Amino acid sequence: MIEFKNVSLRYSNGVEALKNVNIKINKGEFVVIVGMSGAGKSTLMTCINRMVVPTEGEVIVDGQTISKLKESKLRALRTQIGIIFQDYNLVKRMSVLRNVMVGRLGHTSTFNSLIGRFPQADLQLAMNNLKRIGIDEKAYVRADQLSGGQQQRVSIARVLTQQPKVILADEPVASLDPPTSHQVMRDLKRVSKEDGLTTLVNLHFIDLAMEYADRIIGMRDGEVVFDGHIDEVTEQTFEEIYGRPIREDEKRGDAS
Amino acid sequence: MKNKDRISLRSQRTLKQKTMIYLVVMSLTFLYAFSLWSQDFSIASSQSSPGTILYRLFVVPLIDPTYWPSFVERGWQMIETIAIAYAGGIAASLFALPVAILAARNSGGRASYLGKLFLNAIRSIPELLFGVFFVAAVGPGSFAGVLAISVNSIGMIGKLYSESIESIDQAPIAAIKASGGNDLQAFWYGILPQILPQFLSISLFRFEIDVRASTILGLVGAGGIGVPLILSQQQRHWEEVGVILIIVIVFVVIIDKISGKIRSNLV
Amino acid sequence: MKRKKTSSSKVRLFKPSFYIKLIGVSAGVLVLYYLAIRQTNASLARMLSAFPIFFRMLIEDFFPPDFGYFPTVVNQLIETFNIALISTTLAAVLAFPLLFFSSSTLNRHPLSYGGMRVVLTIVRSIPNIIMVVLMVAVVGLGSVSGILALMIYSAAILIKLTSESVESIDERPIQAIKAMGGNTPQVIRYGVLPQITPIYLSHILYVLEINLKASVVLGFVGAGGIGQLIRRQMSLFRYDRLGLIIFVLFLAISVIDYISQTVRSRLA
Repeated sequence: MIEFKNVSLRYSNGVEALKNVNIKINKGEFVVIVGMSGAGKSTLMTCINRMVVPTEGEVIVDGQTISKLKESKLRALRTQIGIIFQDYNLVKRMSVLRNVMVGRLGHTSTFNSLIGRFPQADLQLAMNNLKRIGIDEKAYVRADQLSGGQQQRVSIARVLTQQPKVILADEPVASLDPPTSHQVMRDLKRVSKEDGLTTLVNLHFIDLAMEYADRIIGMRDGEVVFDGHIDEVTEQTFEEIYGRPIREDEKRGDAS
Repeated sequence: MKNKDRISLRSQRTLKQKTMIYLVVMSLTFLYAFSLWSQDFSIASSQSSPGTILYRLFVVPLIDPTYWPSFVERGWQMIETIAIAYAGGIAASLFALPVAILAARNSGGRASYLGKLFLNAIRSIPELLFGVFFVAAVGPGSFAGVLAISVNSIGMIGKLYSESIESIDQAPIAAIKASGGNDLQAFWYGILPQILPQFLSISLFRFEIDVRASTILGLVGAGGIGVPLILSQQQRHWEEVGVILIIVIVFVVIIDKISGKIRSNLV
Repeated sequence: MKRKKTSSSKVRLFKPSFYIKLIGVSAGVLVLYYLAIRQTNASLARMLSAFPIFFRMLIEDFFPPDFGYFPTVVNQLIETFNIALISTTLAAVLAFPLLFFSSSTLNRHPLSYGGMRVVLTIVRSIPNIIMVVLMVAVVGLGSVSGILALMIYSAAILIKLTSESVESIDERPIQAIKAMGGNTPQVIRYGVLPQITPIYLSHILYVLEINLKASVVLGFVGAGGIGQLIRRQMSLFRYDRLGLIIFVLFLAISVIDYISQTVRSRLA
């Protein structure tokens, strides 16, 4: 589904964000990428929808080498990749349902989307996704009336409504408290399994990673230092990835 | 029909919302219909074409040497306009001080409501009406202009002063008093450094507006460059009007530039 | 903290340059004030001593107002309001597309952005009377000139005020819409408009308040509205009628300001 072949990336200020990364992620996997901040986790993700372009190597998504895509094909690719942001990135003054419909923009003609005319099937899809996440009763509430956890769940519904093949979630629970973090991670894992989506999540909380991941990729200084199934992972593994003992604040804590 | 299951992008409006929207739409429609119906859109155009007039306004004064001396004369009248704005602005800054202290919530207390009402009333009167009144009272000339500017500017200066008084940080004052300072010391070291730059910046900002306002005040005979402007305009002496327009534009743009520079250094 | 006290270096609360600046600025302000007073003959003392005149003037000449003149005043007041309303509406329509050219978040083309900025700054800094005189000269006498002049002036104010809000909008939703495959019109419709529409409406109302006050000037140079009445009654020294005009105008402006500010406080 997603393949990195000898990918390196050096920013214009000389920082080497990625060093010769080779990974292959299969369809339907729920992968958690862990590592300290600055290890290259975010850069790895932004390569997948080409918000940044690697200086060397190839990124292949769904059979297409994305560095070679033209602008029009790139838009089509981006509709296949859903993103969940740390700060939810909802339009605060818009209703929840409208925010979720933003996920359909890439599939709707410009004119119809400008006058706000969406196919009934798309609206049904959006409402159904809100139902799956359990916030359909908030559909007509303005997004800024919702709590952080609810906003992040709206953004999950938005991503589902986009009907992507891949979901990228960049630190989705960094702004949330422990119980809400667990709820959001649970919802995310459940819906991505239900829809058979390939999901990549950046996390720096090791207990959350251990609990929800199918597979863990560990990064340090732009290099992949660990890649394995969750069964192979223990706290020792994290100490190897981080290169030092685990601190208590690197755990999110229990759901209760 | 499974109309019940249809999902709309927007929630069903309540009766109250519907009535509200209906009322707003109706009153706006009425407002615009009435104003378009009652408004006379006729134009009494002059014989000469717009091109000719623009040429006489902005080209002839620059290329015809007979108009060059009048740049000097109009320049002095513009300086009089600026003097009116400056004298009026200083007086307004002084008059506004007690009003602002009264109007600020933290210094005026209960009476702050009165102060705010007074400042609002002044701000809703156009400067020209002050001009009319003071020209009537003390006769035409720049004295009337200074009076009009000073009273008119109290509204805005007073409002902004009082807002800046309301935003004074109490912590340094408490610190000075706690370490044994008296009221005067608290004022001198705790309050003054906080508000003085803001006050200067506010007065300077209003001065920029006052230069424009005192240009307008000439129309009612309150001195400055507005007086010859309206006289030449009535006589359709477009070259003379052109000289005045050029002078005003150049002076105003320069003053805005300088004042903006000083203000950005103050804050 | 340890502070060494030597005889050669005195500890000062402020740097000496601070005092020099303070004295310099104060002296400059006072000298300019002295020159301005000489030019205008308007010392503070003379201003204060003129106050009794104002009260006598108010009581003896402006009062009682000539209420028989009321219908004429209302008639002209309606024209003044019409001019303000129509010019504000046209300005709102004209300013809207230009808004996107004049905010650096949406228009990254440095030449058209810089050009817009320069034109806007110049239009705003010109006193509006200059624009009115220009329009009357070029277009002709009548309210159309007044409407055009106010329209240009208030479009510039609208763009200035709102483009600042456009530049400070939350860019994160825009980033999200782009990442999901939305194109530029969709980004504007779903990412930008929901954020700026209430602000824009509020600024339109504010500009309406300004225009109502500014349109009083128009009549003096033949561009329609209540100004022509003021000018005529001034030259006839009919202070009772001027008193009525001022009173009615003050009331009308206060009412409009009140309505506008109520609506604006609910929009924000």
